[in-house]
Amino acid sequence: MSGFVNIVLIVLAAVFVNNYVLSQFLGICPFLGVSKKVDTAVGMGLAVVFVMALASAVTYLIQIFILNKLNLAYLQTIVFILVIAALVQFVEMFLQKASPTLYQSLGVYLPLITTNCAVLGVAITNIDRGYNLIETIFNGVGGALGFTLSIVLFAGIRERMELADIPECLKGFPIAMISAGLMALAFLGFQGLIQL
Amino acid sequence: MILNILIPAGVVGVMGAIFGAILAYASKKFHVDKDPKIDEIVEVLPGANCGGCGYAGCSALAEAVVAGESPVNGCPVGGSEVAKKVAAIMGVDAGEDIRKYAYVKCAGQRNLCKNKYEYYGGLDCKEASITFGGDKACAYGCLGYGTCVKACQFGAISIVDGIAVIDSDKCTSCGACIKVCPRNVIELRIDTDSVAALCNNKEKGKAVKSICDVGCIGCGICAKNCPSEAITMDKETNLPVIDMKKCQNCGVCVSKCPQNVIHSKTNAKEDDSADKNVVNE
Repeated sequence: MSGFVNIVLIVLAAVFVNNYVLSQFLGICPFLGVSKKVDTAVGMGLAVVFVMALASAVTYLIQIFILNKLNLAYLQTIVFILVIAALVQFVEMFLQKASPTLYQSLGVYLPLITTNCAVLGVAITNIDRGYNLIETIFNGVGGALGFTLSIVLFAGIRERMELADIPECLKGFPIAMISAGLMALAFLGFQGLIQL
Repeated sequence: MILNILIPAGVVGVMGAIFGAILAYASKKFHVDKDPKIDEIVEVLPGANCGGCGYAGCSALAEAVVAGESPVNGCPVGGSEVAKKVAAIMGVDAGEDIRKYAYVKCAGQRNLCKNKYEYYGGLDCKEASITFGGDKACAYGCLGYGTCVKACQFGAISIVDGIAVIDSDKCTSCGACIKVCPRNVIELRIDTDSVAALCNNKEKGKAVKSICDVGCIGCGICAKNCPSEAITMDKETNLPVIDMKKCQNCGVCVSKCPQNVIHSKTNAKEDDSADKNVVNE
């Protein structure tokens, strides 16, 4: 399989088949928290794309050049959390200086991503699957696009639910949880589409 | 054996130190020069983040003031005091102080104004006004179920004898009560105006008189008797309009009004008790 086809497959698999939110149930917190409006959902999604791609690359390099060399693979989780948190902080500062407009539009979502477990999930999946650096970055981007797709779709559904006649006991989060579950069922249809 | 602990601890510690150093360096390197005036202005603003100025919060207003988008007296809550401080920070003159406060244009207490039906619903004006426009016979008056009391962040509103009363000392003219009132019976007026017509009923005299003892019947006696010609009758609403620039606060209108609609702020309490006595007797 040529490299290009392989990368396309990795991205498609990350977006649809192994969607981090709807198939692997990672990053549920921002998925439920920031999905009340489509606008904010798009903002959150873009911020995640940015951070996930960067975090994938950096954690990959740290795994290969530090943890593996020192036989410290078991420190993966704690080191990755440290790296992601520091990285997000750095990116926030950098953006504030370099591109105030982008900083304004990403706003509060950047710090929120610090504790987004989907980012950590992508970083660990990359290592587990034995991807190389290019594959790692594209898996990160794909995973983030999958996150964006699901959160934007979900925000659209929730905007419509605002107007729907929902039984009193199901209003708010209960109906959101149910619709998230139904969305996950729908995404189950992609299962087996791509075998990596 | 001890190395098994020291090496990972050292690695994580060193990485943490490196990241910390990078972040510390980055915070200096990428430091964005914010105008120090912004922080100073935020300090003197009330910090209620009520949004009465039209911006997202106090810091947003501070940024707007520094950017020149908002006047120095943009904060309605802080009034002239805050405006002076902000003006001092910005190095400009505070300009004319026009403090406003909200007042309820209704004095139709439950014993003075008739009811259409007995209302047993929740204590909320919006809820009450859904059913046949509220239980009060007057479609314009204050329902007194306290929706504005809940909306007021400053505790300035209380319900006295079934009418919302706004404490002008506590009122910051943020406009929150005006937005929630389903009757549109709350208005902002200039602090200096001490005479106010407390009726919002736009119907003709007979219709008003049949439902409320203190409703404006639009007779125009106040306008005719005003020595400084400050009062005009609005033909569409049948209500007097008081021009505060001309008003001398002489009190003629207060004494001449046959329905006791016009109240004077300076002797409001005496007036109220006098009114009540007359009615009760």
